[in-house]
Amino acid sequence: MDAYNEKVMAHFFNPKNVGEIEDADGIGTVGNPVCGDVMRVYLKIEGGRIVDAKFKTFGCVAAVATSSMVTELVKGKTIEEALSITNRAVVEALEGLPKNKIHCSLLAEEAIKAAIEDYQRKTKNLLKEVKE
Amino acid sequence: MGIYLDHNATTPMREEVIRAVEPFLRHAFGNPSSLHVYGRKVKQAVEEAREKVAWAIGALPEEIVFTSGGTEANNLALKGIVNSREKRRRNKVLVSAVEHPSVLETAKALKKEGFEVHLLPVTPQGVVDLEKMEMLVDERTLMVSVMLANNETGVLQPIKEIVRICKAYGILVHCDAVQALGKVNVQVNELGVDLLTISAHKIYGPKGIGALYVRKGLKIASILHGGHQEKGVRPGTENVIGIIGFGVAAEKAVQDLREGVMERVAELRDLLERLILEKVPFVVVNGSGQRVPNTTNISFAFIEGESLMFLLSQEGIAVSTGSACSSGSLEPSHVLVAMGLPHELAQGAIRFSLGKDNTCEEILKTVEIIEEKVNKLREFSPLYDDFLRSGLDWQSYLLSRR
Repeated sequence: MDAYNEKVMAHFFNPKNVGEIEDADGIGTVGNPVCGDVMRVYLKIEGGRIVDAKFKTFGCVAAVATSSMVTELVKGKTIEEALSITNRAVVEALEGLPKNKIHCSLLAEEAIKAAIEDYQRKTKNLLKEVKE
Repeated sequence: MGIYLDHNATTPMREEVIRAVEPFLRHAFGNPSSLHVYGRKVKQAVEEAREKVAWAIGALPEEIVFTSGGTEANNLALKGIVNSREKRRRNKVLVSAVEHPSVLETAKALKKEGFEVHLLPVTPQGVVDLEKMEMLVDERTLMVSVMLANNETGVLQPIKEIVRICKAYGILVHCDAVQALGKVNVQVNELGVDLLTISAHKIYGPKGIGALYVRKGLKIASILHGGHQEKGVRPGTENVIGIIGFGVAAEKAVQDLREGVMERVAELRDLLERLILEKVPFVVVNGSGQRVPNTTNISFAFIEGESLMFLLSQEGIAVSTGSACSSGSLEPSHVLVAMGLPHELAQGAIRFSLGKDNTCEEILKTVEIIEEKVNKLREFSPLYDDFLRSGLDWQSYLLSRR
């Protein structure tokens, strides 16, 4: 396989946003240990903007690095902006990944989307409760 | 200074080998096939090396065919035997499920050519299931290929038993002994095999040189076309430097083994294994029963092997996830999966393979760093979170995954 670049290794050795947010507004878990990696993203959302993001990941170097990068990318973004972040954007921000590790970046995109969906579901339920 | 615990991937060349090959890098440059003095001198050295390699496995010099390494020797063993048969009365080939890719992929190629290929299953301990093997062998079986020691787990296969079963049906047996030579006694007549693969760079010799033992009288076709070298079985000008180095490495490896070097290595391996089991919770040793003295394969639950490998590498510790060939591939080790290990545990597997120069201090340091790095990775593993929240104890968790 190709080697990882320095930026990827830097994010792997010192990942940003590791951990969990106790009172997260949205949590998304994607992947499956049987197939490979598992990524869990925690989002804190205020006024439609992501004010904090953290992650926990079971996976290879690329999985950890993309988790680190995608949580960096979404911080400060509106929900719409965060939803538009593609796996390609994550790979570009990391200045590339080995070909057979591109699938890890897909997981990063999906984890953010899953966390936002979770947030939207929760707020919808909350609205319903308020209305009732 | 780094700590090298990846001797099943490759070993450094030993001093005696470097000294022995040096003249052949300089003035002794002749082609062994040349009849003049330049050639004859080199030819003689090549034949002396052949004697040493043969001696190391209890074979005759004329039973040794030098190849470019273990992979070529394994290809030659399988393809050479099936291609040497004009009538394909026997069209069945059996290889174990835990073979090196050079055997598995060759078997796959034979299947494409129309041979009936079966994988011999292994037990959860990693040993070929002899009962199931007996159900697969018959008079239509041409050959069986099973390794002596597994590269990932170090588990030794019951070759003598396999040979006994095969002889009853007149089946040829090939054995890939690349990971066994120098670690356990490898004697072709004691094992009773017809073909056996060995490689130099796993025993402190040079890379790019291996050999196939072909029992005297056994017909084997070449897979390359060319000159008369190696009696036409492996044409091409000899890798003189490799062969000379292999001779010395093979001789020294067997001498070391007889002098008890591997007993010390076994002590260090056992120490490493015991300390990891003591200090790191939620780990599983993969492969049990008889193993080569230098290898242990350990799964660290809830984390991924590649991540741990890179964190250890940053500290100068070299280990491997599965086999070197599959690091970087997405599939977990085929060996561990064949043993029935759940995928997520197979993904957390690290192979430690020690060598003659490792020290006790290195082992202690390694355990200390492993403890720290495994904790670091578990801290941000969602699987570890889920396990802690599940309230399950470790044994029940393991059972739930199988």
